[in-house]
Amino acid sequence: MSNEQMQSAREFLSLLSAGSGVSGYETSIASMVQERFKPLTDEVSCDVVGNVYALKKGNKKRAKIMLAAHMDEIGLIVKKIDSRGFLRFTSIGGVDQRTLLSQEVFVHGRQAVPGIIGSLPPHLLQTKDLDQAVKMEDMVIDVGLSVAKINEVIQVGDVITLRRETYSLLNNVLAGKSLDDRAGVVVMMVCLEELSRLQHTHDVIAVATTQEEVGVRGALTSAYTLNPDLAVAIDVTHASTPDTKGQVSLELGKGPAVALGPNIHPAIYQHLSETAREQRLPIQIEPIPGASGTDAWAIQVTQAGIPTGLISIPLRYMHTSVETLDMQDVLNSGKLLAYFIASLPDDLEELICY
Amino acid sequence: MLLKRLSELNGTSGAEGLVRDFLRQQIEPVVDTILVDKIGNLIATKNGRLSGPKVMLSAHMDEVALMIVDITSDGFLKFRSVGGIDARILVSKAVKINETLVGVIGAKAIHLQKRSERQRALHFEQLYIDIGAKSKEEAAGKVKLGDYAYFITKCEPFGEGLYKGKAFDDRVGCAILVELLKNDYDAPLVAAFTVQEEIGLRGAKVVAYTLVPDFAIVIEGTVAADVSDREEEGWVTELGKGPACSLMDRTALYNPELIQWVADLAHARKIPLQFRRGTCGGNDAGPIQVSKSGIPTIVLSVPCRYIHSSVSIISEKDYTACLNLVAELLKELPRKFGVSSIAKEENV
Repeated sequence: MSNEQMQSAREFLSLLSAGSGVSGYETSIASMVQERFKPLTDEVSCDVVGNVYALKKGNKKRAKIMLAAHMDEIGLIVKKIDSRGFLRFTSIGGVDQRTLLSQEVFVHGRQAVPGIIGSLPPHLLQTKDLDQAVKMEDMVIDVGLSVAKINEVIQVGDVITLRRETYSLLNNVLAGKSLDDRAGVVVMMVCLEELSRLQHTHDVIAVATTQEEVGVRGALTSAYTLNPDLAVAIDVTHASTPDTKGQVSLELGKGPAVALGPNIHPAIYQHLSETAREQRLPIQIEPIPGASGTDAWAIQVTQAGIPTGLISIPLRYMHTSVETLDMQDVLNSGKLLAYFIASLPDDLEELICY
Repeated sequence: MLLKRLSELNGTSGAEGLVRDFLRQQIEPVVDTILVDKIGNLIATKNGRLSGPKVMLSAHMDEVALMIVDITSDGFLKFRSVGGIDARILVSKAVKINETLVGVIGAKAIHLQKRSERQRALHFEQLYIDIGAKSKEEAAGKVKLGDYAYFITKCEPFGEGLYKGKAFDDRVGCAILVELLKNDYDAPLVAAFTVQEEIGLRGAKVVAYTLVPDFAIVIEGTVAADVSDREEEGWVTELGKGPACSLMDRTALYNPELIQWVADLAHARKIPLQFRRGTCGGNDAGPIQVSKSGIPTIVLSVPCRYIHSSVSIISEKDYTACLNLVAELLKELPRKFGVSSIAKEENV
């Protein structure tokens, strides 16, 4: 794996990670994705739900392969501005209230306003307080502005993102916010780059989807629009940590997780595993007995049904501002996907017929 | 900017070296003598040969932080707090270890939790730092037991006339002390940048014993809980209303005469001043006040919201007013306590 490829993937992920795109408010991320995908593809467009489509034409244009990774992130939204100028908020998507105290944020009003989710100092707390998580409804954001100024720049309904840059840890480990699922978008970028030097028969449409975190809605509409012959979703999955023993068995840095189970077309799982073996790319197997909680779930039952696969990047501390993954897994996912696409038969029916 | 530099330096109790080195460099050109005592306090004197009461100005260098106490079999770091930190603010934060290594404090993903878990706070024993190590051996090669981890927080202007940053308690005091030392006063001064305030006011105990000042002014960053719908009587101090003069806390009852002097002078010079309306916490004034035969002591503090967390807020106005008020107090010293101008001329 070349260093330049690693470097460029890390830079693009850091850029996307630091950007703001809460579900339903993905436009600025969408622009970054469009700009980055344009030179790699033949045609880039977007739809009314905000999904970004990047088409890379195949040699024979026999079939349509859809890739889907969501670009939205979980976030917060202003619920009330109190009489002293502190902001009450609620969440968009699955936010653990225990990850919010003493967190720096941006309130996206008329401009991005820096804020802090305040915490009472230990001097004023009692021992019993320390056992209870502070409830989200009891937290407020301090923006350090007068009420008059706040009324000029912030209103109820403005979205809020956590303020966090990405950090390089040891090895190729990267930590930051919204790596779920901006890392998936980077996987599509790597895949498109790889496909530029590989021959592929079929058209590939990489879709950066919206609103995954609130119910896989971008995938629902984009899959309907494209009605692809085959689709692969790229998302993140839980990697093991000391507090998930017995719950999680996938590990960071051991390769992308290839899913199997009812949400996955068995032939796609099979072909992904074989491709990995042939290309000597490490993979981990992720059996999912029901809902995968990813775009794959919506895509599979679109129109007359779509053969769907799922590749996931192992990730620690999902839905915190310090999501942690191994960049090598990101690159390997992109490569695997590219080789998978390049090795598909001209007649997809051969592959996907039960 | 001095405060930004100080806020972004890392130095917890017993490990104040970087802060001390920086401060020493800052004050060297403007003081007469400088020394570091046996437990790490940085002590400077100015106008030592002037007669008159000797005033000690003090601010503590240490900040709250985390200490690495164990490395797990899979290479994660276990830690405890140095000084008072509410473990609930640690989840989902980045920290710096040994100035170069970055780690994160994550938590089990919400998807993997039972509903009831979300209502329960996570404690120190459950938390750990992830540095991306693949094994215990790799982690142990980068981090030693006893190393410290610090919040990664930039000090920046915030809102209207405010600053946000870490360690304002008590780097605001350190910054004010440095600025004070740059001016000249007709009085003998000792400045003490103390160690180990956060774990029991220990540096101050030693400096007070060594220096035996006639009285002491402690400059601090203190609790401001003037937030949202919290009742006003629980605010302790309020941002933007000037430095806070302490009346009483867990470690000291302050000298009423000195308090009155401070209040009158602030009024006369039109410098905003508030009283610290709460008795929670304590600071270096505690041990100083009862050192040897007793030392009259007052505390002037810059109010800080969200103190002892990864990010706190101060008002620039309060910082400036605190600096100006202490400067005025020092200017008033000769009049108040009768420093001889002859003694000064002899020294010239």
